[in-house]
Amino acid sequence: MDELLKISGLRITTLRGKETVRLLDRVDLSIRKKCSFGIVGESGCGKSITANAVLGLLPYPLRVSEGSIRYDSRAGEKELLKLSKKEMQAVRGEEISMIFQEPMTSLDPIFTVEMQMAEALSFHHPDLSRAEKRERSLEMLRQVNIPRPEQTLSSYPHQLSGGQLQRIMIAIALMNRPRLLLADEPTTALDVTIQAQILRLMNSLKEQNDTSIVMITHDLGVIAETCEEVAVFYAGQIVEQAEVTELFARTAHPYTQGLLRAVTSLGGASRMLYTIPGIVPPGGQWLQGCRFADRCDRCTERCRREMPALTEAAPGHLCRCFLHSEEVEA
Amino acid sequence: MNGGRDDALLRVEHLQVYFPVRRGLMRRVTGHVHAVEDVSFSVRPREVFGLVGESGCGKTTAGAAVLRLIEPTGGRIFFKGQELSALSEEAMRGKRRDMQLIFQNPYSSLNPRMNVWKLLSEPLRVHFRLSDAELRARVLEMLARIGMTEDQLERYPHQFSGGQKQRISIARALITRPSFVVADEPVSALDVSIQAQILNLMMELQQEMELSMVFISHDLNVVRHISASVGVMYLGSIMELGDTEAVYRHPVHPYTQALLSAVPAHDPTRKSSHIVLEGDVPNPASPPSGCPFRTRCPRCTALCAEQKPALTETEPGHFAACHHIA
Amino acid sequence: MKKKEIIINRALPGNESLLRQLWADPMGRSGLIGVGLVILLAVFAPWIAQYDPAKMHAKEKLLGPCAKYWFGTDHFGRDVFSRIVYGAQVSLEVGIVAVGIAAGFGYLFGLIAGFFEGKVETAIMMAMDVIFAFPSILLALFIVSVLGTSILNTMIAIGIVNIPVFARTVRASVKTVKSTDYIANARSIGLTKMKILFRHVTPNVMAPFTVQATLALSGAILTEASMSFLGLGIQPPNPSWGSMLSDARKYMERAPWLVLFPALFIILTILSFNILGDALRDVLDPKLKL
Repeated sequence: MDELLKISGLRITTLRGKETVRLLDRVDLSIRKKCSFGIVGESGCGKSITANAVLGLLPYPLRVSEGSIRYDSRAGEKELLKLSKKEMQAVRGEEISMIFQEPMTSLDPIFTVEMQMAEALSFHHPDLSRAEKRERSLEMLRQVNIPRPEQTLSSYPHQLSGGQLQRIMIAIALMNRPRLLLADEPTTALDVTIQAQILRLMNSLKEQNDTSIVMITHDLGVIAETCEEVAVFYAGQIVEQAEVTELFARTAHPYTQGLLRAVTSLGGASRMLYTIPGIVPPGGQWLQGCRFADRCDRCTERCRREMPALTEAAPGHLCRCFLHSEEVEA
Repeated sequence: MNGGRDDALLRVEHLQVYFPVRRGLMRRVTGHVHAVEDVSFSVRPREVFGLVGESGCGKTTAGAAVLRLIEPTGGRIFFKGQELSALSEEAMRGKRRDMQLIFQNPYSSLNPRMNVWKLLSEPLRVHFRLSDAELRARVLEMLARIGMTEDQLERYPHQFSGGQKQRISIARALITRPSFVVADEPVSALDVSIQAQILNLMMELQQEMELSMVFISHDLNVVRHISASVGVMYLGSIMELGDTEAVYRHPVHPYTQALLSAVPAHDPTRKSSHIVLEGDVPNPASPPSGCPFRTRCPRCTALCAEQKPALTETEPGHFAACHHIA
Repeated sequence: MKKKEIIINRALPGNESLLRQLWADPMGRSGLIGVGLVILLAVFAPWIAQYDPAKMHAKEKLLGPCAKYWFGTDHFGRDVFSRIVYGAQVSLEVGIVAVGIAAGFGYLFGLIAGFFEGKVETAIMMAMDVIFAFPSILLALFIVSVLGTSILNTMIAIGIVNIPVFARTVRASVKTVKSTDYIANARSIGLTKMKILFRHVTPNVMAPFTVQATLALSGAILTEASMSFLGLGIQPPNPSWGSMLSDARKYMERAPWLVLFPALFIILTILSFNILGDALRDVLDPKLKL
C-alpha cells in the first residue's frame, strides 16, 4: 500500500471519577510514505494522545476504546492496536520513533549521552560491540550537526543546552532508521533561532533517510514551514484536512480561519486583534452539535442540533462544516 | 541614549543584575551569572515599550529588577523623576500601588486557596483605606471590566480556564490603578485562540487607564503589534533599540536580523529565506569578551572580541550596539 | 497532564469537603472507620467496659475468653476487655498531647527556619538534626528517666522526640511555597513580609502538616506502647496496651489471649492511623503521589 500509517475510527477515552469521557472521537488519518504530515490544534484537542496511541504509550486511565491503527512495516502490514507488548517494543524505535516537547526532561540526568545512545541501539541490535555502537552514535551526532560530537558523547544532559538536547533526542530517535517519526511539539520549548535550526535539520533528515514525519504543533507557522499535508484538530475531531498550500490558500473551516486571522492580524492595520470568542473546551466537555458552534460567528440553528460530517469541500480538501457540505449535497 | 528623552515616566540607566554562584561546603561565591549586563531604556507616559529576546537573555530579570522585586547590582532607575534604587524597602512597598507586575503563568501566579474576591480585594486593602462598600464597588467595577460577573467572586482559580485566570491576574495588577506595569510574557502560556482575547483586553485597558507598560515577550509578532518602541536583548544587553516599526522594517544589528528572519511565516508558499544562526547562546556565567553576540555572528571580526560595542544612534531614535553597522 | 490537574484540583477549596473525599476513597474509608472505632472506645470507655479495669476478680485468674469476660482475665483476675478499652483512652491521650507538643514547636521552628533563612535557619536545623540523630525510643527513655516516670512526662518525652520531623516538613513546604509565583505576586502587590507569611504561606503549608500529624499519631502511640512495655511509660495500675503486653509475657503459653488482644489492638490502631494518613496525603497533596 501507498500508506505507511492508516488510523481509522480511532476513539480514545479516559475515566473521570466513575465516568467515561471521550478525548478523541473517531479520527481517520492516513500518512503516506515519505510525507511530512502536520497535526495542528490547541490544548485538549487530542493531537498528542493520537501520537501516543500509535506507539501504545497512552498513560492510565486513557485507553483506545475503538478503531484501528494499521502500519505497513518492513515485515508486512500490522495492526498496532493488537500487538503484544513485546511486538510493540520491536516497532518502537526500529519502525516508529517519537520525540517530545521537553528535551530537558526527556533524557536521564544520571547517564552520559553515550550511554543513552548506546542503550537505544542495543535494544534492537544486541550483537553490536561497544566500539561499533560508539561509531554509530558519533555518526548520528554528526548528522544532526552537533559541534564537537566526541566531547558531547561523554557529557551529561545538564551540561548541554536545550537546542543540543533536542538534536540528541532526534539523533536517538533516528538511530535505528525508523520509517516514521512522530514529533510532538519538538520546538515549542525552544527559542526561535534554535527552532529554525531544528526545523531545517528535520527537513533535511527527512530527505536523506526517507522518513515520514508527523509534526504535532499548535503553531500554524511551523506547519507552513515544514509540512506537505495538514489536519486541524478541534475538540477531539478533525475539522479540516488538506494539502498545506491548499489549506492556507483556501481555508474552509471557520475555526481554522479564526486561528489564521488571529495570528495574521498581529502586525495588521487594525490595532484590535481578530479573536475567536469563548474558551478552548477542556477535553471531553463538548457540545452536542457542531463542537465549534458556540464560538463560531457563522453558527446556525442546525449547527447547534446536528454534528456536521467531514466532507470534501474541494477535491482532497476535507472540512467539517455545514457551510461546505451543503454545496456538495445540493 | 534614548534615556535622553526628558519626558520619560520611567528611565532605566545601565541596569545590571549579577547573581552569585556559590559552590562547596562553605558556600563561597565562585563566580557570577551575568543575568543583566547593561540595560538602558526609557518609557514615556502611555507608551508600551517592548522588550524581546530569547530565553536566558535576561529580559524577565530586567523586568523584575525595574520593579525592585530583584535587587539590581548596578545602575539607576528613575520613576516619575524619583530614583527608585535609593528608596528604602518600606518606601518601595508604597510605590508598588503605582507600579505593578503581570505574570506569565496564570496557573501558578494566583494563590490556589484564595477566591476571586480575596484575590482582587487584597491589593486594595494593602494600599487604601476603603469602606466595605467602596471595596466591593471597586472590585465589581474591575470584574466587569475584564468581562466577568459577580457570581464568579466566590470561585477559586482552579475553577477557571487559563484565559480567565489571566484576566483575573491582570485585574489584580490593575485594580490599584497603577500608572506603570511590567507585563512578563502575559500570553505565552495560553492557547493561540485565547492569546488574541487577552492582548485585546490589555490594549484596551492600557488606553483607558493611560498606562505605561514594559511588555516582555519572546514572541516577535506580539511585541510588534503591541509596542510603540522596542528593545532587543541578547545575553543581558540591549542590542538594538528604537521605534518598533523602524526596528522591524530595517533591523541594523545582525542579531535582530537573524531573529526576525527566524519567525516562521504563516504562508507555505514563502518558505524560509532564514538566516539560520549556528550554535547556542553562551553561558551567562562566563560571557564572551567584547560583543556578547560575536560567537554566533556572521560578521564577527577581531575587534568584536576586544571591545564591547556601545549603543550608537544610526538614525534619529534608532540605536544599535555593533561595530559593523554600515 | 489533564489528569494531574484534575486530581490536584480535588484538594482545593470550593470542592467537596475533606471528609466526604476521604470517605469516597476505599483506603480513606477504612482508615476513618478504624480511627473512629478507637476514638469511640476511648470516649465511651466507662460505658463500654463491663468492669473496673483495676478490679481484681481473685477467684477468676487467667480465664480464657468466655461470655462473662469477652477477652478473658489476666493473672490478677482483671478483665482484659475493660483494660483494653481504657488502654485506648491512655493511648489516644498520650498520642494527642505528644503530637500536640511536637506539632506546635515543630511548626514554629519550621516556619521560622523556612521563612527567614540564613543563620537562624542553620541554627534551628542544626538543633533539630541533633535530636534527630538519636534513636527516638532511646531518647524518649532518656528524657523520662531524667524527668521521672509519669503520664505527663511520657507525653513530653514523645513530644520532644517528634519535633524535628514536623520542623523539617514545615520548613520544606515553606520553602516550596516561597518560591512559587503567587508569593512573588504578593510581593509585587506590595504586601509586607508578615502578611505574606500569614496570608499566603501558612494556608498552603497546612496540607502536608496535617498529613504529618496523622502519621505522627501512630508513631507516638507505638512509642508509648514500647516505653510501657519496657516499664518506663505508663505506670500501673493505669492500663496501657504496652504494659499489658509486658505483663503477659510470663503467661504466654498458658494464656495466649493476654498477648493476642493487646497486640491486635496496637496493630489495628497503628494501621488505621497510617492508612488514614496516606489517604489524607492523597487527597491533600496529590503531587507527592504522581
